[in-house]
Amino acid sequence: MDIRPIFSALRRHKLATLLIVLEIAVACAILCNAVFLIHQRLSRMDVVTGLAENELVWVKNDGLSGDDAPALMERNLAALRGIAGVKSSALAFPLPLASTSMNFNPGMDADGTVRGPNLGMFIGSPGYLKTLGLTLVEGRDFNADEYGDMESWLPVSPVMIVSRSLADRLWPGKSALGQAFWVGKKRYSVIGVVEHLVRGDLRGTASEYAALFAARPNRLFSGLYVLRVEPQARDRVVREASELLLRLNPQMLVTDKGTYAEMRASYFRQDTSMAWLLGVVCAALLVITAAGIVGLASFWVAQRRRQIGVRRALGARRVDILRYFQTENFLIVSLGIALGMALAWAINLFLMSRYELPRLPWHYLPVGAVVLWLLGQLAVLAPALRAAAVPPVVATRS
Amino acid sequence: MFTYYLDLALRSLKRNKLLTGLMVLAIGLGIGASITTLTVLRLLSGDPLPGRSATLYYPQVDPTTREGDEPQGEMTYVDAMNLWQAHRADRQAIVVSAQVKVFGPQADARPMGLSTVATHPDFFPMFDVPFARGGAWSVADGAAKARVAVISQALNDKLFGGGDSIGKSIRLDRWDFRIVGVLDRWRPTPRFYDLYGGGAFAAGDDVFIPFETSRDLAELGIQGSGVDCWGQMEDEVHLENQPCLWLQYWVQLDSPAKARDYRDYLVSYSQQQKALGRYTYKDKPKVALRNLTEWLDYNGVVPSDVRLQTWLAFGFLLVCLLNTVGLLLAKFLRRSVEVGVRRALGASRKTVFAQFLVEAGVVGLAGGVLGLLLTLAGLWAVRRTPSDYASLAHLDAGMFLATLALAVFASLLAGLLPAWRACQVPPALQLKSH
Repeated sequence: MDIRPIFSALRRHKLATLLIVLEIAVACAILCNAVFLIHQRLSRMDVVTGLAENELVWVKNDGLSGDDAPALMERNLAALRGIAGVKSSALAFPLPLASTSMNFNPGMDADGTVRGPNLGMFIGSPGYLKTLGLTLVEGRDFNADEYGDMESWLPVSPVMIVSRSLADRLWPGKSALGQAFWVGKKRYSVIGVVEHLVRGDLRGTASEYAALFAARPNRLFSGLYVLRVEPQARDRVVREASELLLRLNPQMLVTDKGTYAEMRASYFRQDTSMAWLLGVVCAALLVITAAGIVGLASFWVAQRRRQIGVRRALGARRVDILRYFQTENFLIVSLGIALGMALAWAINLFLMSRYELPRLPWHYLPVGAVVLWLLGQLAVLAPALRAAAVPPVVATRS
Repeated sequence: MFTYYLDLALRSLKRNKLLTGLMVLAIGLGIGASITTLTVLRLLSGDPLPGRSATLYYPQVDPTTREGDEPQGEMTYVDAMNLWQAHRADRQAIVVSAQVKVFGPQADARPMGLSTVATHPDFFPMFDVPFARGGAWSVADGAAKARVAVISQALNDKLFGGGDSIGKSIRLDRWDFRIVGVLDRWRPTPRFYDLYGGGAFAAGDDVFIPFETSRDLAELGIQGSGVDCWGQMEDEVHLENQPCLWLQYWVQLDSPAKARDYRDYLVSYSQQQKALGRYTYKDKPKVALRNLTEWLDYNGVVPSDVRLQTWLAFGFLLVCLLNTVGLLLAKFLRRSVEVGVRRALGASRKTVFAQFLVEAGVVGLAGGVLGLLLTLAGLWAVRRTPSDYASLAHLDAGMFLATLALAVFASLLAGLLPAWRACQVPPALQLKSH
């Protein structure tokens, strides 16, 4: 099909063409970046915590103090194990994605002159790795006699289990077993490596820099009971566990409770609502852009009724008229897309400088282009069909 | 003349309902999205203490061995107490908060977890905190580690049915405190004075006690939620001599000259501490004295998501406006004949221009009303999100007017170009061809 007549027609409507091209360009630029942002949020939410997420419930409380605290905690743990559907119970701090964390930079030598990367510390009572459902890929779990006392947040027990991510970072290319780091004057050596373990909060590539320590129940981490339960019993256990703890400890304050799925959802709540918002804006953008195309195309069809009649009288078929408007729309949208891609790239650069976003992957651009081409063709279809229906006899009227 | 144009505009808009509907929808959606995000942004970036914020400062010094030029955000007990005892500012207060287990006066009631602030009495006048009954404790009460408390209006309503609770007692964990003051409603947004405690948009605090008492009863655990140690912590209850940052310190300095003097004082204080061997900075002392607004900025109190949403909304508004310009252009140029006739009958370009602008303005006003409804719906949705600030998102009178003004302004802007093009129509040509 010869597109020269289309160009000369568009040249006579420079302003309107320019406007619709600009609208498509801005829409294309925003769409590409918004979809990219949605993708970023969703992939952040895909993180593997390493826990048996479907089987965990937790009860947070204000903790215990005093000399009898360890005994009371042992009693509470035993009582919790008595609830139907509970497989095991432990005290642990923190949980992955709990939004609280304990962090430190270990010394890589005895005097602490060489410091390792900032990493998250996990502490728990006997059996807590099993309760959390962590998977060991190397070495072994803590033995019963390796759970000891604590001295101001530092476990006395000199052994630890690290995440594979941390092991690869600290001792690349060799087995982590037997390796050690120092916290203050205390030396801790690795006896096991877990496959995955995410910290209390996500920190980019350091999200899984985590080390697990062992201690008997201690008032320092008396605030969080974790239970591994039958998945279908979760909601009931949450309720019963908190009632049981309140009954056993009349002064206790249960500050929060829930399933691990809820804790995870609450960590990502902001991301979820942002993804929804971006999605709604994308949809609205598509609707508005389509409306703009329909409006302008209808106007042009109405304006050119006579010319269309003349063309039809001179032998153009309906399909030729249809093709004319479809091709015109394709050209306009293509111009918009070309401009929009440059704009999308510019917006991405701006976002990268302000919000620490990665570069827009190139494949977003062709996908965005195809979407807008389809949208344009759909939007122009109704006006173009109306144009094709103009009878040749119109040419004779004035 | 204006009413005549208004009449013409309404007739013309009625003639093509679809096109009019599209334009109103576009402006309404764009305005709704922009005003919703702007309301949230304004809520979050507002000045919590208008008129006072320029005299409130957050001093920073740095006793740590860490790298970097910026001093730390929090203070050690030693530094905070040294600065407080020096009394170099017009008012000064240490601020630290935590959730504390509180028991009401009723026997065997279950405890509540309440946000409790430990501070100095200057806190109340310095931050313009209103009292409904009683008042703050005295400096002497603090020095005597008196177990006295100021409670919020909400807590007074809850525990004492809104009655006079002065002199009555509440129990914080294991200790009884005598109530000396009840606040009036007070919830500054953001909760600027305690960014390291419950969070910038957390619900208000319920209990205020003397800082000295909170140290005397260290097991209350009022340590903030960001204890930050640069060395080995040896006692997690008594943080007084630990290498840990955990306190916030605020001063009021009534004139810029006093602020300059205070900054000099921070420098000389740091030099003195270095001479004593406490500080280890290399070249020059790491100090800062930010005022309230600068402190909020420095801490990035406005979530970056909210800024991003605002950018997005205005990008969307731009698309909506381009759309409206295109549609108005189509609409106006379609009426070239009518314009030609009017021009031939003696209408000047100016009057034609005015007529079309009025029409654009009518579209804008309708779009504004739709936008207003969408804004209300949008804010309703925001209030249903789980963010801390959600419940505060409401449309105030200012933003209400701003919505309509922005809509009309935007539509007039969109109408400028089409109206100008329309009034360029030469009278003779149109008459000739028809």
